[in-house]
Amino acid sequence: MILGLLEHESGVPVDTSLEALTLARDLADDGEPVEVVAFGAEGGAVADHLGEYGVDAVHHVTHDRLDSYAPDAWAESVSQLVGAVDPDAVLAPGSDRGQEVLARLGTAMDLPMAANCVDVEENGAYEVTRHRWGGSLIEKARLDAPTKLLSVAAHELPAEAAEEATDPAVETFEPALEEEHLEVRVDRVEESDEEGVPLGEARVVVGGGRGVGGPENYDQLEELADLLGGTVGASRAAVNEGWRPHDDQIGLTGAKISPDIYIACGISGAVQHMVGCKGSENILAINTDPEAAIMQKGDYAVVGDLHEVVPELNDAIRERQ
Amino acid sequence: MDVLACIKRVPDTGAKIVLTDDRQGIDTSNLGFTMSPHEECAIEEAIQQVETHGGSTHVLTLGPPAADEQLRTGLAMGIDEATLLETDGGEWSPRATAGAIADAVRDAETEFDLLLFGNESADMANYQVGTRVADELGLPCVAGIKTLDVEDGRAIAKREISGGEEVYEVDLPAVITVKEGINEPRYASMRAKMRARNTEIDQRTPDRAAGNGSFEKIRLETPADDDSDAEVLGEGTDAVPQIVDVLEDGVEVL
Repeated sequence: MILGLLEHESGVPVDTSLEALTLARDLADDGEPVEVVAFGAEGGAVADHLGEYGVDAVHHVTHDRLDSYAPDAWAESVSQLVGAVDPDAVLAPGSDRGQEVLARLGTAMDLPMAANCVDVEENGAYEVTRHRWGGSLIEKARLDAPTKLLSVAAHELPAEAAEEATDPAVETFEPALEEEHLEVRVDRVEESDEEGVPLGEARVVVGGGRGVGGPENYDQLEELADLLGGTVGASRAAVNEGWRPHDDQIGLTGAKISPDIYIACGISGAVQHMVGCKGSENILAINTDPEAAIMQKGDYAVVGDLHEVVPELNDAIRERQ
Repeated sequence: MDVLACIKRVPDTGAKIVLTDDRQGIDTSNLGFTMSPHEECAIEEAIQQVETHGGSTHVLTLGPPAADEQLRTGLAMGIDEATLLETDGGEWSPRATAGAIADAVRDAETEFDLLLFGNESADMANYQVGTRVADELGLPCVAGIKTLDVEDGRAIAKREISGGEEVYEVDLPAVITVKEGINEPRYASMRAKMRARNTEIDQRTPDRAAGNGSFEKIRLETPADDDSDAEVLGEGTDAVPQIVDVLEDGVEVL
C-alpha cells in the first residue's frame, strides 16, 4: 500500500497533494491500494473528492489536542498510522507542511527521506528521480528502507484523475500523543493586510530585474500589471538592491510562480531565478541583451529597452480597453 | 543569549550548471562558492538577536577545508567564533550531517540558547538537517521562519502562509530554521574581512554515523534543454503590436 499525506482547505484537497497522488498511483500500478492520511475537523470530507483520483481509503486523524497545526504531532500520528497499516511508502506533497512533516517523520522513524521527487521506478528498492537546485539539476538515487519516505516536487506533475474511479472509505485514526508532540504548534494566525493577488496565485506576473534601474521605475511595471489584472515580482538582484521587498522575489529562495504569462523585464535569467518561474505557461522577456539566458529560455523575446517598450505597451493596451 | 548559526558552502551557480565527467558532482572549476541564501540570513539573525539581547554568536559548518571561506564571511559580518567540522568534501546525508552537528553542539563549551539553520540548502534542499539536530538534542524545532522575536526566554516565530502568518511560541533553547527575507544580511567592511582572515577557526573531525535504510546518489543529470528558441517579436517599441497580439490571442489575458 502507498500512503499519501493529504492537505486540504475545508475538506477540498489542495493541488500539490493531488499531484503527489499522481506519483502514488504510478507507484501502485499493479493494483496495490493507495490510501491517504488527512488531518483537521473536515479531513474526512476529502473522501468526496478523492474517488476520481483512485484513492481506496482515507485515514482521518482525530485527536482533541489537534485543533491547530503541530508538525511533530502530525509526524507522530503518521508514524503510528504507518505502524498500524504498514505502507511501502509515504508520499508527501512538496509544500511547506509536506516537506516539514515528512522530514519529522524521517527523524522520528530514523529513516532517510527523498525530497522533491518527480519519478520513481521500483525494483526491490526505489530508484528515484529528484530535483536539486530547485530543478535545475536532476539526481537519480537509490532509496532503500522498510518504509520509503518521498516528497513530490510541487507543480512538476499533473494532478491527473485515475483511469478507474474508486469509492474511498473513511476510517478515523486516533493517535496517542504526548505533550512533547504539541510543544511546537500554531498558536495563532495573523492575517496580512496586503491587498492584491499573491504572486504564487497570479495569472499574470510582471517581473523586474536589475535592468529596471531603480525603485521608481517599477511604476511602469505596476501599471502594466494593473492593466492585465496581474502582480509585480522581482529578481533577487533587484531585491538585494533594495528596490523591492523580499515578498516580491521570484526564484529559488522566493516565490514560485505559475501564471498564464510571465513578462520578465530587464532580467538576465540566472538558474536561481528560472527555477522560480519555470511553472509559467508562457514567458515573454524584454531585454536589451539578445544573448541573455532568459531570451533563449523563454517563449517570446523582445530585444529592447524596457523603459521604452513598457510605457508604449501600456498605452497600446489602454487604447484597446 | 548564545546563538549558533549553521551554514553550508555551495557553488555560486550562474546561468547554467555543468556536471563533472563522472556525473557525480557539479564542475566547479570555473565557479566561486557562497553560502546558501537562507543561511546568510541565519548569520544576520544571530548577530541581530545578540545585538538586542547581548551574548555571543557562533557559526558552524560541515564541509571541506575550503569551507573556512564561508565561516570567515560570517566572522567578517560580526560573528564571534567559528567551527569547521572538516570532511573530505564528499556529500554527507542529512542524518550524518545532523549527527555530527549535534555532537559538536554537545561538546561545545557554550550552551546555546538558539540554534539557527536555513530552512533548506540551496543545492540539496533536503529540508531535514535542522529538525534532525533538534531531535538528537531533544529541542523543539520551528521551521520556515520569516520573523523571529525573543522575549523572556521564549521564541516567537512567524511563518508566512497564504494570506498571513502562522505564529509559533516555544521555550528556549530551540532550533529555528529561517528563510531568506527574515532580514537583510549586512555587507562586511574591508577591515572586518581583513580581521576575519586571521581569526582562528576551531577545526574538528566529525564522526559519520549511519542510520536505518539508505539513500544513495547514482548520478546527476542536467534537465533536458528546451531547444525551441524563443520567438523574437521584434526590436524596441516596434514590437508593441506583436506583444499585444500575444497577450490577446496567444495567452488570452487581454
